[in-house]
Amino acid sequence: MRYLHIENARLIDPASNLDQVTDLYVAEGRIAAIGHKPAGGGIELTIDGQGKWLVPGLVDLGAHLPEPGYAHKGTIASETRAACSSGFTHVCSLPDTKPVTDSSAVVKLILEKASKAGYSKVLPLGALTQGLEGEQLASMFTLHEAGCVALSNARRPFKDSYVLRRVMEYAATYDIPVFLSANDIALSAGGCMHEGPVATRMGLSGIPRTAETIALAQMLLLIEQTGVRAHISQISCARSVAMLQQARNEGLSISADTALANLIYTDDAVNGYNSQFNVQPPLRSESDRQALLAAVNSGELAISSNHQPHEVAAKKAPFADAEPGMSMFDGFLPLALQLVERGELSLTALIRATSTLPAQIAGIEQGLVEGQAFNAALIDPLLERSFRRSELLSKGRNSPLAGQTLKGAVSAVFIEGHQVF
Amino acid sequence: MNTDPAKVQLTADGRLKHFLTTEGLSRELLTEILDTADSFISTQERDVKKVPLLRGKTVVNLFFENSTRTRSTFELAAKRLSADILNLDISKSATAKGETLMDTLWNLEAMYSDMFVVRHADSGAAHFIAEHVTPHVAIINAGDGRHAHPTQAMLDMLTIRRHKGSIEGKIVAIVGDILHSRVARSQIHALRTLGAAEVRVIGPGTLLPKDIESLGCKAFYRMEEGLKDCDVVIMLRLQKERMQNALLPSEGEFFKLYGLTEEKLAYAKPDAIVMHPGPINRGVEIESNVADGPQSVILNQVSYGIAVRMAVMAMAMSGQQQEKNELYGNDQEEA
Repeated sequence: MRYLHIENARLIDPASNLDQVTDLYVAEGRIAAIGHKPAGGGIELTIDGQGKWLVPGLVDLGAHLPEPGYAHKGTIASETRAACSSGFTHVCSLPDTKPVTDSSAVVKLILEKASKAGYSKVLPLGALTQGLEGEQLASMFTLHEAGCVALSNARRPFKDSYVLRRVMEYAATYDIPVFLSANDIALSAGGCMHEGPVATRMGLSGIPRTAETIALAQMLLLIEQTGVRAHISQISCARSVAMLQQARNEGLSISADTALANLIYTDDAVNGYNSQFNVQPPLRSESDRQALLAAVNSGELAISSNHQPHEVAAKKAPFADAEPGMSMFDGFLPLALQLVERGELSLTALIRATSTLPAQIAGIEQGLVEGQAFNAALIDPLLERSFRRSELLSKGRNSPLAGQTLKGAVSAVFIEGHQVF
Repeated sequence: MNTDPAKVQLTADGRLKHFLTTEGLSRELLTEILDTADSFISTQERDVKKVPLLRGKTVVNLFFENSTRTRSTFELAAKRLSADILNLDISKSATAKGETLMDTLWNLEAMYSDMFVVRHADSGAAHFIAEHVTPHVAIINAGDGRHAHPTQAMLDMLTIRRHKGSIEGKIVAIVGDILHSRVARSQIHALRTLGAAEVRVIGPGTLLPKDIESLGCKAFYRMEEGLKDCDVVIMLRLQKERMQNALLPSEGEFFKLYGLTEEKLAYAKPDAIVMHPGPINRGVEIESNVADGPQSVILNQVSYGIAVRMAVMAMAMSGQQQEKNELYGNDQEEA
């Protein structure tokens, strides 16, 4: 037996209460031992972890990967490589591809491209309805069987509550998890940012919080009725946090995440019509941001990237005409670490919200535990990385960080024991 | 990149080089616009109306939204400043053919124009163009979405100043569809900067934008309360499509509640003036007796519009010229 040996790194895994500077040994893709070298065998390679953190690989619950259909915005290879640069070992891809991920052929294509690229593993989210049109059920069982970890309708609406109910009932039959975005289309139609003082001053159409909370209320009631295994993707409002807490208190088992952008920015960022901040769900107020941070700190809320790469032209338009979305993968880790540095998020909460919790939700095993597959990221928290446009790994030209230099970079990413980045 | 809309329109030493919004401009600068416009009103009364301030310059009227009046007053203003003017009506169909706003701009830049007068249905469009167009082309915002219509607001300020002596200390009410109104937003900023005692907006909850009071005005739902002690009443045009969009039940009910009649006008001060950016919907937001009555200054507004647009165009062009001279030296202009 020849071991991969990571020496003297600070091992952090909230799931097993691990936070200790020690050694870790890997063999045959799995963690063979923590703290002491296993008896017998030699060391194949030692990686110096001095001053670095070794954490379970990050798991993203929702990214818009541009293939198939939008190769001008990026490829699965370019975007999963960018994901690796922030420590992601797994990325759930949203089904709003072209064609839509509503057939096993598209699922197969995505998995093949991801495996060929060899960076983060892609966990496809299949469509809940055909063409994401919200009317007819997609072949949910087939999609799940083809490798979709869960099914979602991206942010597209369901025709009515009848369809939503049937979608949930059908998924519940085969215990297929569903990822739902709470967005009442009639209330959000035409809006391009949070409805509030900034939108009023800028003359931009607002999206009221009730577009999210009304849809969420409807979903919670139907989840309760159908018993479907559900996750709510990318909530943006304080009230949604409270509604989820209340539902859990009443015995509903439900998880949720928020996009990192909603923890970092508020609608103030839209001042000056910077189209990089045209995102869905919209950036909301400071009180919403604080409530989301509190929910992440208490372990109720996971963090997703909502990564959405775009070419220059997609953003070079007046605010409301620009395509929504931010390219998040390159900057995800340093941005999240800023929250830790500012004391808004604890480091443990950050790792729990980006790795432990999303891994549970996506149904994969992740953690620094003996016997577990070695999916991990080695992070140098002090190393500075420049985010000049030419140095971004994502093909998306819509990173909010363009031009800045930030602290916190990934030195290595391991998937099943192999260093992929 | 400086993305603060108020700053994008100013040169390093604080002079106007674009005119995008009244927000964030100093009282001195707004007053300078009014003073300059005042001086042009006298030239308008002469037989020879032209002044040579923009001689040799090319102004492009770039209207992505139809507008006869605003476009004609800009055209007249440019002509009276001796500029060459090109009118381009780029209806929505051009962009529907797949040409983006950037494509249109690149094409226009190739024509070496000096100033774009822009009207566009998107809030922030003029600001976007100012940031992306070749340097030294002045952008004048002739209305962007719901955001701003700064020349209209300044002609309203000029109207108030000429009829009421000053803006300082006055109580001004803006009535009607505030939600969709770029005029109202630009007026609120200008009125506050110029020292109005109180700015009020009056309308039903469906037509008042959320958190409107954060702009520094007071919101009222009833005319009798909102018009009390007002010096100036500004009525806004009500678009017919508001009824289809579930924002209002009917023109009749709107007129009953907010239509300016002699009875409702009586809540304001006896010498209050009545304004309207036009075109008027008689019997919808204002009754004819009031629109044509002694307190109405609606027609004066139109003639002041040309003077204000001349002032803003002359000032922005001179700001651009100054910035150009500082960069390349004065020989640029000789050549």
